[in-house]
Amino acid sequence: MLRSLTLLVICQFVGEVMARALSLPLPGPVVGLLLLFAGLAMRYPRGSDVPAPLRSTAQSLLGHLSLLFVPAGVGVMTQLDLLSANIVPVVGSILCSTLAGVWVTGWVMQRLARPDVAPPAA
Amino acid sequence: MTQLFHVWVYLETTPLLGLVATLCAWQLALRITAIAHGHALAHPVPIAIALLVVVLLATGTPYAAYFQGAQYIHFLLGPATVALAIPMHANLSRIRASAGAILPAILAGSVTAAVSAMLLARLFGAPRAVILSLAPKSVTTPIAMGIAEQIGGNPSLAAVFVLFTGVVAGLIGVPALRLIGVRDWRAIGLAAGTAGHGLATARVLVVSETAGAFGGLAIGLNGVITAMLVPLLATLLVR
Repeated sequence: MLRSLTLLVICQFVGEVMARALSLPLPGPVVGLLLLFAGLAMRYPRGSDVPAPLRSTAQSLLGHLSLLFVPAGVGVMTQLDLLSANIVPVVGSILCSTLAGVWVTGWVMQRLARPDVAPPAA
Repeated sequence: MTQLFHVWVYLETTPLLGLVATLCAWQLALRITAIAHGHALAHPVPIAIALLVVVLLATGTPYAAYFQGAQYIHFLLGPATVALAIPMHANLSRIRASAGAILPAILAGSVTAAVSAMLLARLFGAPRAVILSLAPKSVTTPIAMGIAEQIGGNPSLAAVFVLFTGVVAGLIGVPALRLIGVRDWRAIGLAAGTAGHGLATARVLVVSETAGAFGGLAIGLNGVITAMLVPLLATLLVR
């Protein structure tokens, strides 16, 4: 578990350094995600044979992913004035555009992707 | 009484208070969500945020003081984002098999979400700063804040919009897609990640690891696409 957590933090760190050094339009953790994915794909090209501790660490971290958004969300309290003055355009715009985004992405993907033939992931 | 006051003064200076408050609010929000089971609108994230905002406003605690403790939870977003690589890798063969469909789908969804958000906000008469802060709302918070700043929006406001978008996408995503006949978990995951970043992905990940994998992929790719396209779209659509 601690080894897996170390690996995740190292990936984030390297991602952070790369994002800044190369001034990529991506935050460090997303670069770290892509690095770890590339590394895993090279080391375990078959997809499902990742060491169990890494899998379980990822699962326990991702199982609480929603909680991790709360501290930033509480920041809403610093924007209450601007928000309440524009509540109708904001809510209307977000509801409709999110629905449109979900529909378009899902529809295009289902249209273009060949039927799922890959074996179910373990 | 003065003893109690001293305890409070001490607690206010330690990060412990923000940490305890966040974790307790989260447990309470989970409890409320469980009680409201079956009600589609029950989502623990907005409930926890509302609880915390009420408590902070009532006690006169500034956000910065709260964040001193809450930052430890906030920090875990980084390693958790990296960890999305693992469900993605578990679905490597699926991703390879549908590589040609992934990019057009994300591109279409990304442009649709950003353009419709800006046009609707303009139609509803929102001021320029609000419209520009809405443009990057579909991508993960750090990217969205960066884009908002770059195009003349308000980064804190953008962070709020990102969160709201993620909650909405998480709540309506699966039923809305069912409605138009999209049942493929790859498509559902990709749509959740593209339109609602990590928050909507967290929601579909619970139901299907495949959906979570495609959501993770969409968060990364949509981040890149949005960072490149939104500044351009903003100059075209917002005067």
